[in-house]
Amino acid sequence: MTAVSGQAPTATARTREDGGVGTDAARPDGRLKVTGEFAYGSDLWMDDMLWGVTLRSPHPHARIRSIDIGPALALPGVFAVLTAEDVPGELRYGLEIADQPVLAEDVVLYQGEPVALVAAEHPETARRASARIVVDYEVLEPVTDARTALGHGNEGPRTDLHPEPTPVVEQSREAAPLRPHGNLIRHLKIRKGDQRDAAAAAGKDIVVVTGDYEVGMQDQAFLGPESGLAVPAEDGGVDLYVSTQWLHVDQQQICRALGMPKEKVRLTLAGVGGAFGGREDLSMHVHACLLAMRTGKPVKMSYNREESFFGHVHRHPAKMHYEHGFTRDGDLVSVRARIWLDGGAYASSSAAVVGNAGLMGIGPYVVPNVTMDCWGAYTNNPPCGAMRGFGAVQAAFAYESQMDKGAAALGIDPVELRVRNAMEEGSIAPTGQVVDSAAPVVELLRRLQAMPLPPAASSGADVDLRAMPGGVSNTTHGEGVRRGVGWAVGYKNIAFSEGFDDYSTARVRLEITGGEPTVTVHTAAAEVGQGLVTVQQQIARTELGVERVVIAPTDTSVGSGGSTSASRQTYVTGGAVQEACRRVRAAVLARSGRELWEDVLGDLVAVLGDEAVEETVVWRHRPTEAVDPETGQGNAHVQYAFAAHRVVVDVDVELGLVKVVEMACTQDVGKAINPQAVVGQIHGGSAQGMGLALMEEVVVTDGIIRNPSFTDYLIPTILDMPPMRVEVLELPDPHAPYGLRGVGEPPTVSSGPAVLAAIRDATGMFLTRVPVRPEHITLSGDVRSEERA
Amino acid sequence: MRVHLTVNGERRQADDVWEGESLLYLLRERLGLPGSKNACEQGECGSCSVYLDGEVVCACLVAAGQAVGREVVTVEGLADGADLHPVQQAFLDAGAVQCGFCTPGLLVTVHDLLARDAAPEDAEIREALAGNLCRCTGYEKILDAVRDAAGRLA
Repeated sequence: MTAVSGQAPTATARTREDGGVGTDAARPDGRLKVTGEFAYGSDLWMDDMLWGVTLRSPHPHARIRSIDIGPALALPGVFAVLTAEDVPGELRYGLEIADQPVLAEDVVLYQGEPVALVAAEHPETARRASARIVVDYEVLEPVTDARTALGHGNEGPRTDLHPEPTPVVEQSREAAPLRPHGNLIRHLKIRKGDQRDAAAAAGKDIVVVTGDYEVGMQDQAFLGPESGLAVPAEDGGVDLYVSTQWLHVDQQQICRALGMPKEKVRLTLAGVGGAFGGREDLSMHVHACLLAMRTGKPVKMSYNREESFFGHVHRHPAKMHYEHGFTRDGDLVSVRARIWLDGGAYASSSAAVVGNAGLMGIGPYVVPNVTMDCWGAYTNNPPCGAMRGFGAVQAAFAYESQMDKGAAALGIDPVELRVRNAMEEGSIAPTGQVVDSAAPVVELLRRLQAMPLPPAASSGADVDLRAMPGGVSNTTHGEGVRRGVGWAVGYKNIAFSEGFDDYSTARVRLEITGGEPTVTVHTAAAEVGQGLVTVQQQIARTELGVERVVIAPTDTSVGSGGSTSASRQTYVTGGAVQEACRRVRAAVLARSGRELWEDVLGDLVAVLGDEAVEETVVWRHRPTEAVDPETGQGNAHVQYAFAAHRVVVDVDVELGLVKVVEMACTQDVGKAINPQAVVGQIHGGSAQGMGLALMEEVVVTDGIIRNPSFTDYLIPTILDMPPMRVEVLELPDPHAPYGLRGVGEPPTVSSGPAVLAAIRDATGMFLTRVPVRPEHITLSGDVRSEERA
Repeated sequence: MRVHLTVNGERRQADDVWEGESLLYLLRERLGLPGSKNACEQGECGSCSVYLDGEVVCACLVAAGQAVGREVVTVEGLADGADLHPVQQAFLDAGAVQCGFCTPGLLVTVHDLLARDAAPEDAEIREALAGNLCRCTGYEKILDAVRDAAGRLA
């Protein structure tokens, strides 16, 4: 595959109507979405279909002595009840390590682990039948802390949850094969520069700032539940319509479990109601296929909200210890850091998350001496994996807190300390990799500083309660309310890293239909709400000059589009579509005997006649390499993307209530393919980071999720979200199609730390845990939360 | 049981409805109207918002039997044939639709808000939409869409 050469075609002054690259082109699925006709996974329906439900373990750690499905099968309306012994192929699957059973066999390792399946003609019948399955559990002590699991604590002997080495799947993200054992999923190390302590390394008067930080478990909380419809086919195979993020890696895992070749397991993307990483792992995919194959009928599965909290991986909770060494002038000379990520019961993508948290773990700063250890551990907590920001989010809370703490210790303005140590183009990352395109950390911060601050809070008789912490609960008219301003900057690697063979496939066809040139773009890349379908149309319009572009249904009859994650689809699938269009153009030109596309464009009806020109391209971004396992050195990353936030809060310090007054974000996107959609990503990504800082946590005690509902797991409402100012920079990356950078994740990295910094500024308290709860603020008295921890 | 009601101006009927079914299930699974969404099924997210005799309710919290003989309007009933309602068009133009799962409930809620208050202030829009969760947009473009729709309807 040849790399794309040259730069973007001139996309000057395009209008929305033009619909090419750089315009606010309208979504092709928009009309269906506003009329209620767009078919999400949970909307699918067939005559004669059955409903599948899952029986899940109530225990985080238990041995299964026996399962009696008889009472369930006896219920009228029940068509099938399945357990692990009904899985015809490989029992275990996984994105990187095949360690997770399709259905639990002899042990369950987390609360909510699937144990049995039921298919029935009505969902209530299926639920009642599943309640009649008798599982005899021998309850075991759960391992619920990552450090304890690794033997890093002082808690006595270790219980190994995965004592046998588990096989690595072919499509591993890691170039070096992992052979996990015990409770260690991965240990990422960086050893850069002098490994002595900070003062010794710098050889002069050094201010060392130390901190311990904790990040709670966040849920993706996509609104469309895990859902799909499996339909048994006449050829003995199965067709699965499913809401997912990566059809081909699903297909690979389903084939293993069913023991069937991929020709017989065909996947089509159903409408996806948000994803944010939570659909990268299998949920109901294999289960629905098993039930459909057994019953010979279409089977629909659709989780309710409670089950959704058990049905997908979460963001890893993190515990982090950081030591930063600064010179008196503010030069950051050394960082020593240890990060523990709780991977939960199964590996999912934990190894890659560990890689990101460690490799991004000191932030977008230049530091000559780095010692980083980042561990991912198995526990009996819910499995954790991909969520927007993917490891970079957790580390950012720690490194940005450290920058603020360092600024306070040195008496330097926190923005100036960041500016002084900021990465720029040409800087050396902690991996030794040269940052070889724009890294505008300083400009992002300066632009934020140039934005006006919101007006002061009202108080007294004029107060608008809706603008107060506590809102219309009427908890304050301004008494005890203090304002704070916080800053943060973060960065994220775009696309898959560390040597992963990351590619996408696009098939583009040009033909005359109804007397009009029509382009059809066919990929397997999942549209999850971000607007990839729009971007594909825009690229085709720009490359071919044809207005009518149809997006074919997304399915496995074309090659893999890779995952809709790591902010990679506009880059990688966009690159594939661009290159396929260029090949179509070349083929048509060759056929026409002319040299200029402009000359052919007006004459396509004659040139093409009733023939179609079609090209399929497999497109790769420039290769990356694995990092050295002992030093973490290597060119691990394709591209970095940077965002910065300034957040203003009002805090009622007596009640611990926080009102976010305004969020401002600056982000470099290289090239905004669809500016409106780019800003939408920045808004939404910022909101999710704010949620983690203030309100979102899957509360897990002794391995049990305490709040699996939207009543108790709070995501930001429109009352919680402040107005946002957004400035988008377009500094082209010469290595990327159109110069673009991935957009979706960076705002989630920096928004939360800026919220936390603003609360600290308002309260004067050095808070160290997110989400910040009211009691963290009010219980302080004169005791700093850091000291309580 | 047998359930009959009016949905989007049409008389509809369903047989063999289990007493525990919600109006949302009835609409989605028995009447072929899956536009109202099932994000939480416990009245927290607003994605199933519909009109019931002119009042906006969460269809997941209404038993199918409670809707007997009553009039329901869903997102499928907002457009006038091929012509989108101005609220729908405003959501598209503002970029307020990403994954779109919250959109049907928001459209019904905004439709109701603007019928009661032709020119709501931002704080009033926020109060009116506080029961509708959106995970994609951060709500900024939803606010833009509501302001724009108010202008179109004025």
